[in-house]
Amino acid sequence: MKILFFASLREQLQTGEEHWADLQSCLTVVDVINTLMSRGDPWKTALANPQLIISVNQEVSKLDTQIDLEDEIAFFPPVTGG
Amino acid sequence: MKSHFSLQLQGVNLSTKPSPQCAIISIQEQDFSLDSAYQQLRGVFPEKTGAICTFTGLVRDYGDKEGVTGLYLEHYPGMTENSLQKIVHQAAQNWQFDGVHIIHRVGRLMLSEQIVFVGVSSSHRADAFSACEFIMDYLKTDAPFWKKEIRESGSEWVEAKKSDQARRKKWLND
Repeated sequence: MKILFFASLREQLQTGEEHWADLQSCLTVVDVINTLMSRGDPWKTALANPQLIISVNQEVSKLDTQIDLEDEIAFFPPVTGG
Repeated sequence: MKSHFSLQLQGVNLSTKPSPQCAIISIQEQDFSLDSAYQQLRGVFPEKTGAICTFTGLVRDYGDKEGVTGLYLEHYPGMTENSLQKIVHQAAQNWQFDGVHIIHRVGRLMLSEQIVFVGVSSSHRADAFSACEFIMDYLKTDAPFWKKEIRESGSEWVEAKKSDQARRKKWLND
């Protein structure tokens, strides 16, 4: 599974991307967040931001969206283009 | 970030409506020519098109704070293009138009440089005006781009604006 982080979140976490070879018992998006947050800071603080947007396979998703090993999950702040 | 790239989606059928439509969506680092984009729209259906409405966004010297000297623009490759296509689809449900041309720049931009272009060609000006404004308003709130303002004192990511969300919501009430 591919996990992407963009913009301010990417800078906070000091990484833009990571790959998981297995799902680490995660069934949904919220499980992935909890697994990442269990690493402590900066993950815990950065991912606790309620404004963060989550996408699964490039579609905006919810916390209870189910995930698969082939999925691409992304976390990012509210968009500011244009 | 990739150094130079440009995605062009040409001749995409945007709707099941009988009106033929063509969309070009380009995410690129390099600057763009307003005239080239305009001429492309003129040429989509030269005998049918009666109106072209265009919008261009530029880098200005203030944003969240004053003293901006430039911007850095990041995007989510793939999702950005998909979300812009969806926005064009949504516009096509509401207005009749022939061609759409969207260009959004990414990477480092200096003061007064062009950031974004949205152009719509249609038989009628009302559809061209509305579709262009709708696409731009939705681009601001739905397409995954992020701006970082660069000032002499440092740089900061731009916060999303409630006013942009309000402009988007306006379309739901119309």
